[in-house]
Amino acid sequence: MDHAATHETATGLPTWKLGFWTFIGSETLFFGSLISTYMVYKGASRVGPYPHEILDIPLTTISTFVLLMSSFAMVLALAGVQQGNRKQALIWLATTAGLGATFLGFQAYEFTAFYRHGLTLSTNLFGSSFFILTGFHGAHVIVGTIWLTVLWVMALRGRLAPSDALKVEVAGLYWHFVDVVWIAIFTLIYLLQ
Amino acid sequence: MATAETTALRTAPAYGGGIWSWITTVDHKRIGILYGATALFFLLVGGLEALLIRLQLAVPDADLIGPELYNQLFTMHGTTMVFLVGMPIAVAFFNYIVPLQIGARDVAFPRLNALSYWIFLFGALLMNVSFLFGAAPNAGWFGYAPLTSDQYSPGLNVDFWVLGLQVLGVASIMGGVNFITTIINLRAPGMRMMRLPLFTWMALLTSFLLITALPVFAVALFFLTFDRFWGTLFFVPSAGGDPILWQHLFWLFGHPEVYILILPAFGIISDVLPAFTRKPLFGYAIMVYSGILIAFIGWGVWAHHMFATGLGPIADSFFAAATMIIAIPTGVKIFNWLATMWGGSMRFDTPLLFCIALVGMFTIGGISGVHHAAAPANLQQTDTYYVVAHFHYVLVGGLIMGIFAGLYYWLPKVTGRMLDERLGKWHFWLTVIGANLTFFPMHFAGLLGMPRRIFTYSSELNLGGINMVISIGGFIMAIGTLIFVYNLWRSIRHGAVAGDNPWNAHTLEWATTSPPAEYNFGRIPEVRSREPMWDYPDEMIAQAQYVPERPVHMPSPSFWPIFTAIGITLTCALFLTEIWWTPLLGLLWTAVGVISWSFEPPER
Repeated sequence: MDHAATHETATGLPTWKLGFWTFIGSETLFFGSLISTYMVYKGASRVGPYPHEILDIPLTTISTFVLLMSSFAMVLALAGVQQGNRKQALIWLATTAGLGATFLGFQAYEFTAFYRHGLTLSTNLFGSSFFILTGFHGAHVIVGTIWLTVLWVMALRGRLAPSDALKVEVAGLYWHFVDVVWIAIFTLIYLLQ
Repeated sequence: MATAETTALRTAPAYGGGIWSWITTVDHKRIGILYGATALFFLLVGGLEALLIRLQLAVPDADLIGPELYNQLFTMHGTTMVFLVGMPIAVAFFNYIVPLQIGARDVAFPRLNALSYWIFLFGALLMNVSFLFGAAPNAGWFGYAPLTSDQYSPGLNVDFWVLGLQVLGVASIMGGVNFITTIINLRAPGMRMMRLPLFTWMALLTSFLLITALPVFAVALFFLTFDRFWGTLFFVPSAGGDPILWQHLFWLFGHPEVYILILPAFGIISDVLPAFTRKPLFGYAIMVYSGILIAFIGWGVWAHHMFATGLGPIADSFFAAATMIIAIPTGVKIFNWLATMWGGSMRFDTPLLFCIALVGMFTIGGISGVHHAAAPANLQQTDTYYVVAHFHYVLVGGLIMGIFAGLYYWLPKVTGRMLDERLGKWHFWLTVIGANLTFFPMHFAGLLGMPRRIFTYSSELNLGGINMVISIGGFIMAIGTLIFVYNLWRSIRHGAVAGDNPWNAHTLEWATTSPPAEYNFGRIPEVRSREPMWDYPDEMIAQAQYVPERPVHMPSPSFWPIFTAIGITLTCALFLTEIWWTPLLGLLWTAVGVISWSFEPPER
């Protein structure tokens, strides 16, 4: 850990980490409101297509697995940076970002397929609340993927020493959070119809 | 006097001058001044809107202002006073005072702090630029669905409202994250949580409310934005959408917002009262715990704003009881302030007078609040001037009195010069008399059937006399405020030099010079009690005013916060073009800002 940055604070926690946890607390309320709205409007659509007609559980199970595995890769990437193992850091940062991009690919495919089935933002309440909720989650994955790619470029140029591990750790906090939110979305929207 | 002047101005901070140094500043004190100046400007704007409303309502059947402009005025008066005055002026105090009170050299994230300010400023401008289009927001500060839908509110008015608030919300969330981290992590050695000055405690609780309440509002605003621009159906009843959902989301934010506005004022007077009564705050620990309880229970009472929608007896009973329970920790605070004054050797300077006014007037507002909490009485009072009376007693009688107490108390630290006491007393008496003359008769007008948000009333209601008194009261308050503005201007130019601790106060900020050095404390002091400046002032002053041999490492000024703030504001403002890809330009601008920012070295 970066002792220069930690020994001065009142709690001993790095300021960046504490600030980021606070931000994640705020994000919880953000997604909580989006998910609650989806739940409130469940079954309130007046016209189709309805969720059970078009949600593709096997396909989304695969994309969920992809996102979960990216969290695993994130842990290995952080370990690589902390131990100064540049090769491990590079491989696993690339894997994490790649799996994130794959998840986004699945989501793009899913959105297109729904559109072809006649579901848009303005078709019914299911369309409105589904696209806004999963769309905001997807936007978070895009931000995370760009963030990881920037870290990967830094690692490539040798600018990610073990003393910089906090940067990767904070990115990891964000990534795991976005992942956990997806587990909630997958359970509440896809599995519990 | 001459020697006092040279001593005070000797240690004036060595800032670079010029407008560029303000644009790129990341110094919490300068950002605090920017926040304060902007909020005071909007206090005058919001006040002017209120005066126009009162001119229109002074006599029955008046046609000075038509209903369309009237709708814009009451909407912008509410929105301005809540989002552009109440919140930012509290944040101005957080910025200037909190790092000094906890013995820190700056906030945890100085550049993020600058970003918050610029986003706030641009969001405020975006909202107010609507007046130039003749299309200021006109659907009430609460923006109830489905009135805000494209169908019932075509035109730009509600667009400006929803987009401006979205921008402002971003600033508040970032500010909340920054101050939680600052207060928890940057305390000086020995500054335990239970030694924090009450103002810093209330800043911490307010920050928690900001980061939890604002995201809920952001979601509600996103729904409305998408409803208006891209045809989603969240609040469209014909498609099954529920307008009551807006009310739930709005008040889930809106009630914690009430405590976001009042807790800082509670914090201010809890620090001012001990200085002017020469007694430690009565029941420090209980004051902290009751603040925590208020913030916590404040999250479980939102539906008392919605009794009239017919929630059913069980929900009504729950929210009525929860609301009444909040009166208990609030009452504890009132009694502890009284007990702090009891037997103290009081010095009736302007800050103390405003504190006393807060205790009295907030209690009146608190009592009418309990009236609203009773659901059956609420049905009688809702949407009448009784409600207007209530929230002006808690906001003007609570928030504004606390803010003025804080300004008279802390401005000598900021400017190094005192405000004039004689003008201060004129300001105080005109404000208190004006406020009570304005807001107390509103109780009667409301119970006699005067509705809110209607641009005129019939002479047959027999409310002409009451309304004339209310309007006269409003103008008396306005004169008081102008006297304050003059006093402030005069104090900056000719005020008596304040010295480091003009009130002989007890908390750490008074150990620094007035104004403090750029790095605040030459050496970070080690604190051993709650009242360091009473218990061992010489030691604290020696530490704080120690002149370091080598330059202190401070965060570098940065251009990227204002650059990024422009991007975020553009992203929202470009929605107004109704061309779908234009907001992406704003996002691109923001991305350039964020990436340049993250590769800029943070320290010089």
